[in-house]
Amino acid sequence: MRVSYRNHEVLQGIDLDIPAGKLVGIVGPNGAGKSTLIKACLGIVPMGAGSVQMLGGTYEQHRLDVGYVPQRESVDWDFPVSASEVVAMGTYGRLGLFRPIGKQQRAEAMAALKTVGLADLAHRQIGQLSGGQQQRVFLARALVQRASIYLMDEPMASVDATTEERILAVLHGLRDSGCTPVVVHHDLGTAAQFFDWIVLLNRTIVASGPPEVVLTRANLHMAYGGHLAAFATREAAPLRDPV
Amino acid sequence: MEESFLDLLLLRDWNLRMAAMCTALLGAACGMVGTLMLLRKRALAADAMSHATLPGVVCAFLMAPALGSAKSLGVLLVGGAVTAIGSALCITWIRRFPHVKEDTATGVVLGGFFGLGLALLGVAQSMPSGAQAGLTSFIYGKAASLTQQDLRWITAGALASCIICVLLFKELRLLCFDESFAASIGRRTKLLDALLMGLVGAVVVIGLQAVGAVLVLALLILPGAAARQIGGSLSRVMLMAALTGALSGWLGCVASAAAPRLPAGAIIVLVAATMFACIAVVAGMCRARGRRTVLP
Repeated sequence: MRVSYRNHEVLQGIDLDIPAGKLVGIVGPNGAGKSTLIKACLGIVPMGAGSVQMLGGTYEQHRLDVGYVPQRESVDWDFPVSASEVVAMGTYGRLGLFRPIGKQQRAEAMAALKTVGLADLAHRQIGQLSGGQQQRVFLARALVQRASIYLMDEPMASVDATTEERILAVLHGLRDSGCTPVVVHHDLGTAAQFFDWIVLLNRTIVASGPPEVVLTRANLHMAYGGHLAAFATREAAPLRDPV
Repeated sequence: MEESFLDLLLLRDWNLRMAAMCTALLGAACGMVGTLMLLRKRALAADAMSHATLPGVVCAFLMAPALGSAKSLGVLLVGGAVTAIGSALCITWIRRFPHVKEDTATGVVLGGFFGLGLALLGVAQSMPSGAQAGLTSFIYGKAASLTQQDLRWITAGALASCIICVLLFKELRLLCFDESFAASIGRRTKLLDALLMGLVGAVVVIGLQAVGAVLVLALLILPGAAARQIGGSLSRVMLMAALTGALSGWLGCVASAAAPRLPAGAIIVLVAATMFACIAVVAGMCRARGRRTVLP
Protein backbone atom coordinates (compact mmCIF):
# COMPACT_ATOMS: atom_id res chain seq x y z
CA MET A 1 0.00 0.00 0.00
CA ARG A 2 1.39 3.33 -0.99
CA VAL A 3 0.06 6.58 0.45
CA SER A 4 1.12 10.02 -0.63
CA TYR A 5 -0.93 12.65 1.05
CA ARG A 6 -0.21 16.33 1.01
CA ASN A 7 -2.22 18.62 3.19
CA HIS A 8 -0.51 21.45 4.98
CA GLU A 9 -2.89 21.13 7.89
CA VAL A 10 -2.50 17.51 8.91
CA LEU A 11 -0.26 15.22 6.90
CA GLN A 12 2.65 16.08 4.70
CA GLY A 13 4.71 14.04 2.30
CA ILE A 14 3.46 10.64 3.39
CA ASP A 15 5.28 7.87 1.51
CA LEU A 16 4.52 4.53 3.06
CA ASP A 17 4.59 0.86 2.11
CA ILE A 18 2.87 -1.64 4.39
CA PRO A 19 3.63 -5.35 3.89
CA ALA A 20 0.70 -7.74 3.51
CA GLY A 21 0.03 -10.39 6.15
CA LYS A 22 1.45 -8.47 9.11
CA LEU A 23 -0.29 -7.01 12.14
CA VAL A 24 0.50 -3.32 11.72
CA GLY A 25 0.29 -0.63 14.38
CA ILE A 26 0.20 3.10 13.64
CA VAL A 27 1.50 5.03 16.66
CA GLY A 28 2.27 8.68 17.27
CA PRO A 29 1.42 11.55 19.60
CA ASN A 30 -2.03 13.19 19.83
CA GLY A 31 -2.76 15.24 16.73
CA ALA A 32 -0.18 13.34 14.68
CA GLY A 33 -2.82 12.59 12.04
CA LYS A 34 -3.17 8.85 12.70
CA SER A 35 -6.95 8.82 12.13
CA THR A 36 -6.62 11.21 9.22
CA LEU A 37 -4.17 8.85 7.52
CA ILE A 38 -6.69 6.01 7.71
CA LYS A 39 -9.59 8.20 6.63
CA ALA A 40 -7.60 9.53 3.66
CA CYS A 41 -6.84 5.93 2.60
CA LEU A 42 -10.58 5.21 2.64
CA GLY A 43 -11.56 8.39 0.83
CA ILE A 44 -13.53 9.68 3.83
CA VAL A 45 -11.24 12.73 4.08
CA PRO A 46 -10.34 14.22 0.70
CA MET A 47 -6.67 13.96 -0.23
CA GLY A 48 -4.93 17.15 -1.21
CA ALA A 49 -2.67 15.24 -3.57
CA GLY A 50 -1.33 11.75 -3.97
CA SER A 51 -2.64 8.24 -4.40
CA VAL A 52 -3.32 5.09 -2.42
CA GLN A 53 -2.67 1.63 -3.79
CA MET A 54 -4.08 -1.50 -2.19
CA LEU A 55 -3.57 -5.09 -3.33
CA GLY A 56 -2.07 -3.81 -6.55
CA GLY A 57 -4.98 -1.57 -7.49
CA THR A 58 -6.82 1.56 -6.40
CA TYR A 59 -9.04 1.64 -3.34
CA GLU A 60 -12.15 1.95 -5.52
CA GLN A 61 -11.25 -1.32 -7.25
CA HIS A 62 -10.77 -3.13 -3.95
CA ARG A 63 -13.36 -1.42 -1.79
CA LEU A 64 -14.95 -4.71 -0.79
CA ASP A 65 -11.56 -6.07 0.32
CA VAL A 66 -11.13 -3.34 2.91
CA GLY A 67 -12.81 -3.36 6.32
CA TYR A 68 -13.07 -0.29 8.54
CA VAL A 69 -13.50 0.23 12.27
CA PRO A 70 -14.13 3.92 13.09
CA GLN A 71 -13.39 5.46 16.47
CA ARG A 72 -16.01 4.55 19.03
CA GLU A 73 -16.69 8.22 19.83
CA SER A 74 -17.57 8.95 16.20
CA VAL A 75 -21.13 7.66 16.56
CA ASP A 76 -24.12 8.31 18.82
CA TRP A 77 -24.51 5.17 20.95
CA ASP A 78 -28.01 6.27 21.94
CA PHE A 79 -29.12 5.40 18.39
CA PRO A 80 -32.11 3.02 18.26
CA VAL A 81 -30.37 -0.02 16.81
CA SER A 82 -29.39 -3.45 18.20
CA ALA A 83 -25.92 -4.99 18.25
CA SER A 84 -26.78 -7.53 15.55
CA GLU A 85 -28.23 -4.79 13.33
CA VAL A 86 -24.99 -2.79 13.60
CA VAL A 87 -22.92 -5.88 12.77
CA ALA A 88 -25.12 -6.65 9.76
CA MET A 89 -24.18 -3.20 8.39
CA GLY A 90 -20.88 -4.85 7.48
CA THR A 91 -22.69 -6.71 4.68
CA TYR A 92 -24.10 -3.53 3.10
CA GLY A 93 -21.06 -3.10 0.86
CA ARG A 94 -21.83 -6.43 -0.84
CA LEU A 95 -25.60 -5.88 -0.79
CA GLY A 96 -27.02 -3.42 -3.27
CA LEU A 97 -28.78 -0.16 -2.41
CA PHE A 98 -32.30 -1.56 -2.35
CA ARG A 99 -31.65 -5.13 -1.21
CA PRO A 100 -32.76 -5.65 2.38
CA ILE A 101 -30.91 -7.70 4.98
CA GLY A 102 -31.78 -11.39 4.67
CA LYS A 103 -31.34 -14.60 6.59
CA GLN A 104 -27.80 -15.12 5.36
CA GLN A 105 -26.66 -11.66 6.47
CA ARG A 106 -28.24 -12.13 9.88
CA ALA A 107 -26.46 -15.48 10.26
CA GLU A 108 -23.14 -13.88 9.32
CA ALA A 109 -23.72 -11.15 11.91
CA MET A 110 -24.44 -13.74 14.61
CA ALA A 111 -21.29 -15.69 13.74
CA ALA A 112 -19.17 -12.54 13.99
CA LEU A 113 -20.77 -11.62 17.33
CA LYS A 114 -19.89 -15.12 18.56
CA THR A 115 -16.27 -14.59 17.50
CA VAL A 116 -16.01 -11.44 19.63
CA GLY A 117 -17.88 -13.10 22.52
CA LEU A 118 -21.14 -11.13 22.35
CA ALA A 119 -23.56 -13.72 20.95
CA ASP A 120 -25.83 -13.48 23.99
CA LEU A 121 -26.11 -9.69 23.67
CA ALA A 122 -27.01 -9.71 19.96
CA HIS A 123 -30.46 -8.23 20.42
CA ARG A 124 -29.51 -5.64 23.03
CA GLN A 125 -29.80 -1.97 22.08
CA ILE A 126 -26.27 -0.68 21.58
CA GLY A 127 -26.77 2.01 24.23
CA GLN A 128 -27.11 -0.72 26.88
CA LEU A 129 -23.66 -2.16 26.12
CA SER A 130 -20.46 -1.20 27.94
CA GLY A 131 -17.74 0.74 26.10
CA GLY A 132 -15.68 -2.40 25.56
CA GLN A 133 -18.68 -4.32 24.25
CA GLN A 134 -19.50 -1.47 21.87
CA GLN A 135 -15.96 -1.62 20.57
CA ARG A 136 -16.31 -5.36 20.00
CA VAL A 137 -19.57 -4.76 18.09
CA PHE A 138 -17.61 -2.49 15.73
CA LEU A 139 -14.93 -5.17 15.36
CA ALA A 140 -17.60 -7.79 14.58
CA ARG A 141 -19.02 -5.49 11.89
CA ALA A 142 -15.59 -5.29 10.27
CA LEU A 143 -15.27 -9.11 10.40
CA VAL A 144 -18.56 -9.42 8.53
CA GLN A 145 -17.04 -7.33 5.74
CA ARG A 146 -14.83 -10.39 4.97
CA ALA A 147 -12.00 -8.12 3.85
CA SER A 148 -8.29 -8.78 3.40
CA ILE A 149 -7.17 -5.39 4.72
CA TYR A 150 -8.65 -3.96 7.92
CA LEU A 151 -8.17 -0.34 8.91
CA MET A 152 -9.04 0.19 12.56
CA ASP A 153 -9.12 3.49 14.41
CA GLU A 154 -8.14 2.98 18.07
CA PRO A 155 -10.08 -0.24 18.70
CA MET A 156 -8.28 -0.66 22.02
CA ALA A 157 -8.75 2.86 23.41
CA SER A 158 -10.14 2.84 26.96
CA VAL A 159 -11.40 -0.75 26.93
CA ASP A 160 -11.36 -3.32 29.74
CA ALA A 161 -8.80 -6.13 29.90
CA THR A 162 -11.25 -8.78 28.61
CA THR A 163 -12.03 -6.70 25.54
CA GLU A 164 -8.36 -5.99 24.86
CA GLU A 165 -7.58 -9.71 25.04
CA ARG A 166 -10.51 -10.55 22.76
CA ILE A 167 -9.60 -7.91 20.23
CA LEU A 168 -5.97 -9.03 20.16
CA ALA A 169 -7.03 -12.64 19.66
CA VAL A 170 -9.22 -11.59 16.72
CA LEU A 171 -6.38 -9.49 15.24
CA HIS A 172 -3.96 -12.41 15.52
CA GLY A 173 -6.54 -14.69 13.94
CA LEU A 174 -6.93 -12.27 11.04
CA ARG A 175 -3.19 -12.04 10.51
CA ASP A 176 -2.76 -15.82 10.67
CA SER A 177 -5.41 -16.24 7.98
CA GLY A 178 -3.39 -13.97 5.67
CA CYS A 179 -5.22 -10.65 6.26
CA THR A 180 -3.52 -7.35 7.07
CA PRO A 181 -4.99 -5.56 10.09
CA VAL A 182 -3.73 -1.96 10.33
CA VAL A 183 -4.48 -0.58 13.77
CA VAL A 184 -4.19 2.98 15.09
CA HIS A 185 -2.87 2.55 18.62
CA HIS A 186 -2.55 5.17 21.34
CA ASP A 187 -0.37 3.31 23.82
CA LEU A 188 3.33 3.33 22.97
CA GLY A 189 4.01 1.09 25.96
CA THR A 190 2.21 -1.94 24.50
CA ALA A 191 2.88 -1.28 20.81
CA ALA A 192 6.06 -3.40 20.54
CA GLN A 193 4.36 -6.32 22.24
CA PHE A 194 1.18 -6.19 20.10
CA PHE A 195 2.38 -5.53 16.56
CA ASP A 196 4.69 -7.12 13.97
CA TRP A 197 5.18 -3.88 12.09
CA ILE A 198 5.03 -0.34 13.41
CA VAL A 199 4.46 2.95 11.63
CA LEU A 200 5.64 5.88 13.73
CA LEU A 201 3.76 8.97 12.64
CA ASN A 202 3.86 12.64 13.47
CA ARG A 203 2.34 14.58 10.59
CA THR A 204 4.76 12.68 8.40
CA ILE A 205 6.21 9.18 8.54
CA VAL A 206 9.00 9.16 11.15
CA ALA A 207 9.79 5.47 10.72
CA SER A 208 8.15 2.28 9.50
CA GLY A 209 9.26 -1.31 10.05
CA PRO A 210 9.53 -4.04 12.68
CA PRO A 211 9.26 -2.74 16.27
CA GLU A 212 12.93 -3.28 17.11
CA VAL A 213 13.96 -1.13 14.14
CA VAL A 214 11.34 1.60 14.59
CA LEU A 215 11.12 2.12 18.35
CA THR A 216 14.60 3.58 18.83
CA ARG A 217 15.40 6.47 21.12
CA ALA A 218 16.20 8.73 18.16
CA ASN A 219 12.94 7.93 16.31
CA LEU A 220 10.80 8.35 19.41
CA HIS A 221 12.47 11.66 20.13
CA MET A 222 11.68 12.74 16.60
CA ALA A 223 8.02 11.73 16.90
CA TYR A 224 7.27 12.72 20.48
CA GLY A 225 9.86 15.47 21.03
CA GLY A 226 10.20 16.71 24.61
CA HIS A 227 7.32 14.55 25.85
CA LEU A 228 9.40 11.44 25.36
CA ALA A 229 11.33 11.47 28.67
CA ALA A 230 8.24 11.49 30.89
CA PHE A 231 6.46 9.03 28.62
CA ALA A 232 9.35 6.60 28.48
CA THR A 233 9.86 6.35 32.24
CA ARG A 234 6.18 6.11 33.07
CA GLU A 235 5.12 3.72 30.35
CA ALA A 236 8.42 1.81 30.25
CA ALA A 237 8.48 1.93 26.49
CA PRO A 238 10.93 -0.55 25.00
CA LEU A 239 13.63 1.91 24.01
CA ARG A 240 16.48 0.59 21.98
CA ASP A 241 19.50 2.33 20.61
CA PRO A 242 20.03 2.03 16.88
CA VAL A 243 22.16 -0.97 16.02
CA MET B 1 -75.89 24.08 10.00
CA GLU B 2 -74.26 23.24 13.31
CA GLU B 3 -72.66 19.85 13.59
CA SER B 4 -72.08 18.13 16.89
CA PHE B 5 -68.54 17.21 17.89
CA LEU B 6 -69.51 13.55 17.63
CA ASP B 7 -70.53 14.07 14.01
CA LEU B 8 -67.15 15.61 13.39
CA LEU B 9 -65.24 12.91 15.22
CA LEU B 10 -67.01 10.18 13.26
CA LEU B 11 -66.25 12.09 10.07
CA ARG B 12 -69.83 12.01 8.78
CA ASP B 13 -69.01 14.91 6.46
CA TRP B 14 -67.30 13.71 3.27
CA ASN B 15 -65.09 16.78 2.89
CA LEU B 16 -63.88 16.53 6.47
CA ARG B 17 -63.28 12.80 6.06
CA MET B 18 -61.00 13.46 3.11
CA ALA B 19 -59.22 16.30 4.91
CA ALA B 20 -58.68 14.17 8.03
CA MET B 21 -57.31 11.28 6.00
CA CYS B 22 -54.89 13.59 4.21
CA THR B 23 -53.68 15.26 7.40
CA ALA B 24 -53.24 11.80 8.92
CA LEU B 25 -51.16 10.78 5.92
CA LEU B 26 -49.16 14.00 6.24
CA GLY B 27 -48.64 13.27 9.95
CA ALA B 28 -47.41 9.75 9.13
CA ALA B 29 -44.91 11.08 6.55
CA CYS B 30 -43.78 13.77 9.02
CA GLY B 31 -43.30 11.09 11.70
CA MET B 32 -41.12 8.90 9.50
CA VAL B 33 -39.02 11.65 7.94
CA GLY B 34 -38.88 13.56 11.24
CA THR B 35 -37.43 10.56 13.13
CA LEU B 36 -34.55 10.35 10.66
CA MET B 37 -34.11 14.14 10.80
CA LEU B 38 -33.87 14.05 14.61
CA LEU B 39 -31.32 11.22 14.52
CA ARG B 40 -29.28 13.22 12.03
CA LYS B 41 -29.54 16.22 14.40
CA ARG B 42 -30.96 18.51 11.73
CA ALA B 43 -34.04 19.88 13.47
CA LEU B 44 -32.75 23.45 13.54
CA ALA B 45 -31.79 23.46 9.86
CA ALA B 46 -35.23 22.06 9.04
CA ASP B 47 -36.84 24.87 11.07
CA ALA B 48 -35.00 27.42 8.93
CA MET B 49 -36.16 25.60 5.80
CA SER B 50 -39.79 25.60 6.88
CA HIS B 51 -39.77 29.32 7.66
CA ALA B 52 -37.93 30.02 4.41
CA THR B 53 -40.82 28.63 2.36
CA LEU B 54 -42.90 31.76 3.06
CA PRO B 55 -40.99 34.26 0.84
CA GLY B 56 -41.02 31.69 -1.97
CA VAL B 57 -44.76 31.16 -1.77
CA VAL B 58 -45.48 34.91 -1.75
CA CYS B 59 -42.92 35.59 -4.49
CA ALA B 60 -44.54 32.94 -6.68
CA PHE B 61 -47.92 34.54 -5.99
CA LEU B 62 -46.64 38.00 -6.96
CA MET B 63 -44.70 36.85 -10.01
CA ALA B 64 -47.14 34.30 -11.45
CA PRO B 65 -49.20 36.82 -13.48
CA ALA B 66 -46.05 38.48 -14.86
CA LEU B 67 -44.72 35.09 -15.98
CA GLY B 68 -48.06 34.27 -17.56
CA SER B 69 -48.83 31.29 -15.34
CA ALA B 70 -51.85 30.77 -13.13
CA LYS B 71 -51.63 31.25 -9.36
CA SER B 72 -52.19 27.56 -8.85
CA LEU B 73 -51.17 25.81 -5.66
CA GLY B 74 -48.47 23.93 -7.55
CA VAL B 75 -46.74 27.17 -8.58
CA LEU B 76 -46.89 28.50 -5.02
CA LEU B 77 -45.47 25.30 -3.56
CA VAL B 78 -42.66 25.21 -6.11
CA GLY B 79 -41.84 28.79 -5.07
CA GLY B 80 -41.73 27.67 -1.43
CA ALA B 81 -39.50 24.71 -2.28
CA VAL B 82 -37.06 26.95 -4.16
CA THR B 83 -36.52 29.31 -1.23
CA ALA B 84 -36.34 26.36 1.19
CA ILE B 85 -33.46 24.91 -0.84
CA GLY B 86 -31.95 28.41 -1.08
CA SER B 87 -32.03 28.69 2.72
CA ALA B 88 -30.16 25.38 3.11
CA LEU B 89 -27.48 26.59 0.67
CA CYS B 90 -27.31 29.92 2.51
CA ILE B 91 -26.62 28.15 5.82
CA THR B 92 -23.73 26.24 4.22
CA TRP B 93 -22.36 29.48 2.76
CA ILE B 94 -22.64 31.54 5.98
CA ARG B 95 -20.93 28.71 7.92
CA ARG B 96 -17.75 29.52 6.00
CA PHE B 97 -17.43 32.94 7.63
CA PRO B 98 -15.10 33.08 10.63
CA HIS B 99 -16.66 32.78 14.12
CA VAL B 100 -19.99 31.54 12.76
CA LYS B 101 -21.28 28.29 14.22
CA GLU B 102 -24.04 26.13 12.76
CA ASP B 103 -26.78 27.45 15.08
CA THR B 104 -25.80 31.07 14.42
CA ALA B 105 -25.91 30.57 10.66
CA THR B 106 -29.28 28.84 10.97
CA GLY B 107 -30.67 31.66 13.10
CA VAL B 108 -29.48 34.28 10.61
CA VAL B 109 -31.10 32.45 7.69
CA LEU B 110 -34.34 31.65 9.54
CA GLY B 111 -34.84 35.25 10.65
CA GLY B 112 -33.80 36.74 7.33
CA PHE B 113 -35.99 34.56 5.14
CA PHE B 114 -39.06 34.68 7.38
CA GLY B 115 -38.74 38.46 7.77
CA LEU B 116 -38.57 38.78 4.00
CA GLY B 117 -41.62 36.53 3.70
CA LEU B 118 -43.69 38.65 6.10
CA ALA B 119 -42.66 41.85 4.31
CA LEU B 120 -43.61 40.41 0.93
CA LEU B 121 -46.88 39.14 2.40
CA GLY B 122 -47.70 42.71 3.45
CA VAL B 123 -47.14 43.84 -0.15
CA ALA B 124 -49.25 40.98 -1.55
CA GLN B 125 -52.14 41.61 0.81
CA SER B 126 -52.28 45.28 -0.09
CA MET B 127 -53.00 44.22 -3.66
CA PRO B 128 -56.66 43.74 -4.66
CA SER B 129 -56.25 40.05 -5.48
CA GLY B 130 -54.04 39.34 -2.50
CA ALA B 131 -56.55 39.78 0.29
CA GLN B 132 -58.77 36.90 -0.84
CA ALA B 133 -55.96 34.60 -1.92
CA GLY B 134 -55.71 32.94 1.50
CA LEU B 135 -51.98 33.49 1.73
CA THR B 136 -52.12 33.67 5.52
CA SER B 137 -53.13 29.98 5.55
CA PHE B 138 -49.53 29.29 4.52
CA ILE B 139 -48.44 30.72 7.88
CA TYR B 140 -51.06 29.24 10.22
CA GLY B 141 -52.56 26.35 8.22
CA LYS B 142 -56.18 25.45 7.45
CA ALA B 143 -56.41 21.69 7.93
CA ALA B 144 -60.19 21.36 8.08
CA SER B 145 -60.90 23.43 4.98
CA LEU B 146 -58.37 22.00 2.55
CA THR B 147 -59.45 22.03 -1.09
CA GLN B 148 -59.41 19.05 -3.45
CA GLN B 149 -56.24 20.43 -5.01
CA ASP B 150 -54.52 20.70 -1.61
CA LEU B 151 -55.50 17.15 -0.82
CA ARG B 152 -54.02 15.80 -4.05
CA TRP B 153 -50.68 17.51 -3.36
CA ILE B 154 -50.54 16.31 0.23
CA THR B 155 -51.46 12.71 -0.67
CA ALA B 156 -48.91 12.48 -3.48
CA GLY B 157 -46.10 14.09 -1.49
CA ALA B 158 -46.74 12.15 1.72
CA LEU B 159 -47.01 8.77 -0.04
CA ALA B 160 -43.84 9.44 -2.06
CA SER B 161 -41.91 10.43 1.10
CA CYS B 162 -43.08 7.31 2.97
CA ILE B 163 -42.18 5.02 0.05
CA ILE B 164 -38.68 6.53 -0.28
CA CYS B 165 -38.14 6.14 3.49
CA VAL B 166 -39.11 2.47 3.31
CA LEU B 167 -37.13 1.68 0.13
CA LEU B 168 -33.97 3.39 1.35
CA PHE B 169 -34.48 2.55 5.03
CA LYS B 170 -31.23 0.60 5.32
CA GLU B 171 -29.12 3.31 3.68
CA LEU B 172 -30.71 6.21 5.57
CA ARG B 173 -30.24 4.37 8.86
CA LEU B 174 -26.58 3.78 8.04
CA LEU B 175 -26.13 7.46 7.13
CA CYS B 176 -27.73 8.64 10.38
CA PHE B 177 -25.83 6.14 12.55
CA ASP B 178 -22.33 6.06 11.08
CA GLU B 179 -21.60 8.42 8.23
CA SER B 180 -17.89 7.64 7.96
CA PHE B 181 -18.52 3.89 7.72
CA ALA B 182 -21.10 4.58 5.01
CA ALA B 183 -18.49 6.59 3.12
CA SER B 184 -15.90 3.82 3.60
CA ILE B 185 -18.09 1.24 1.85
CA GLY B 186 -18.62 3.62 -1.05
CA ARG B 187 -22.01 5.13 -0.24
CA ARG B 188 -22.43 8.67 -1.55
CA THR B 189 -23.10 10.22 1.81
CA LYS B 190 -23.52 13.78 0.51
CA LEU B 191 -26.15 12.59 -1.95
CA LEU B 192 -27.95 10.58 0.75
CA ASP B 193 -27.81 13.59 3.07
CA ALA B 194 -29.25 15.81 0.34
CA LEU B 195 -31.98 13.22 -0.22
CA LEU B 196 -32.87 13.21 3.48
CA MET B 197 -33.01 17.02 3.61
CA GLY B 198 -35.00 16.88 0.34
CA LEU B 199 -37.53 14.62 2.07
CA VAL B 200 -37.70 17.07 4.99
CA GLY B 201 -38.23 19.90 2.49
CA ALA B 202 -40.94 17.92 0.69
CA VAL B 203 -43.02 17.21 3.79
CA VAL B 204 -42.56 20.80 4.95
CA VAL B 205 -43.85 22.13 1.60
CA ILE B 206 -46.86 19.80 1.42
CA GLY B 207 -47.57 20.52 5.08
CA LEU B 208 -47.72 24.29 4.51
CA GLN B 209 -51.42 24.39 3.63
CA ALA B 210 -52.51 22.12 6.48
CA VAL B 211 -50.23 23.19 9.33
CA GLY B 212 -48.50 26.38 8.16
CA ALA B 213 -44.86 27.46 7.91
CA VAL B 214 -44.52 28.44 11.56
CA LEU B 215 -45.50 25.13 13.12
CA VAL B 216 -44.98 22.46 10.47
CA LEU B 217 -41.60 21.65 12.01
CA ALA B 218 -43.29 20.72 15.29
CA LEU B 219 -45.20 18.01 13.42
CA LEU B 220 -41.82 16.69 12.23
CA ILE B 221 -40.26 16.69 15.70
CA LEU B 222 -43.03 15.65 18.11
CA PRO B 223 -44.01 12.20 16.72
CA GLY B 224 -40.37 11.14 16.40
CA ALA B 225 -39.52 12.43 19.87
CA ALA B 226 -42.54 10.60 21.31
CA ALA B 227 -41.66 7.34 19.55
CA ARG B 228 -38.08 7.53 20.88
CA GLN B 229 -39.56 7.44 24.40
CA ILE B 230 -41.07 4.04 23.65
CA GLY B 231 -37.73 2.73 22.38
CA GLY B 232 -36.86 -0.32 20.30
CA SER B 233 -35.17 -0.55 16.93
CA LEU B 234 -35.37 2.18 14.33
CA SER B 235 -38.00 0.41 12.24
CA ARG B 236 -40.25 0.21 15.30
CA VAL B 237 -39.52 3.82 16.27
CA MET B 238 -40.39 5.00 12.76
CA LEU B 239 -43.60 2.97 12.74
CA MET B 240 -44.63 4.38 16.12
CA ALA B 241 -43.75 7.90 14.95
CA ALA B 242 -45.85 7.43 11.81
CA LEU B 243 -48.81 6.25 13.91
CA THR B 244 -48.40 9.12 16.40
CA GLY B 245 -48.14 11.61 13.54
CA ALA B 246 -51.17 10.16 11.77
CA LEU B 247 -53.28 10.25 14.94
CA SER B 248 -52.18 13.84 15.63
CA GLY B 249 -53.14 14.85 12.10
CA TRP B 250 -56.50 13.10 12.28
CA LEU B 251 -57.53 14.40 15.71
CA GLY B 252 -56.08 17.83 15.01
CA CYS B 253 -58.05 18.14 11.78
CA VAL B 254 -61.28 17.15 13.55
CA ALA B 255 -60.62 19.54 16.44
CA SER B 256 -59.88 22.35 14.04
CA ALA B 257 -63.19 21.70 12.27
CA ALA B 258 -64.90 22.02 15.65
CA ALA B 259 -63.08 25.31 16.33
CA PRO B 260 -62.79 26.98 12.90
CA ARG B 261 -61.64 30.32 14.35
CA LEU B 262 -58.48 28.89 15.88
CA PRO B 263 -55.42 28.35 13.67
CA ALA B 264 -55.45 24.74 12.46
CA GLY B 265 -51.69 24.33 12.63
CA ALA B 266 -51.67 25.27 16.30
CA ILE B 267 -54.40 22.74 17.11
CA ILE B 268 -52.67 19.88 15.26
CA VAL B 269 -49.40 20.65 16.99
CA LEU B 270 -51.09 20.90 20.39
CA VAL B 271 -52.61 17.46 19.86
CA ALA B 272 -49.16 16.11 18.90
CA ALA B 273 -47.56 17.79 21.94
CA THR B 274 -50.20 16.28 24.23
CA MET B 275 -49.53 12.84 22.76
CA PHE B 276 -45.80 13.36 23.31
CA ALA B 277 -46.39 14.34 26.95
CA CYS B 278 -48.66 11.32 27.59
CA ILE B 279 -46.27 8.86 25.92
CA ALA B 280 -43.25 10.32 27.74
CA VAL B 281 -44.99 10.04 31.14
CA VAL B 282 -46.24 6.48 30.54
CA ALA B 283 -42.87 5.35 29.14
CA GLY B 284 -41.11 6.93 32.13
CA MET B 285 -43.43 5.10 34.54
CA CYS B 286 -42.82 1.79 32.72
CA ARG B 287 -39.05 2.32 32.90
CA ALA B 288 -39.21 3.09 36.62
CA ARG B 289 -41.31 -0.03 37.19
CA GLY B 290 -38.85 -2.11 35.17
CA ARG B 291 -36.00 -0.82 37.31
CA ARG B 292 -37.85 -1.64 40.51
CA THR B 293 -38.49 -5.21 39.42
CA VAL B 294 -34.85 -5.67 38.45
CA LEU B 295 -33.54 -4.31 41.74
CA PRO B 296 -33.55 -6.75 44.72
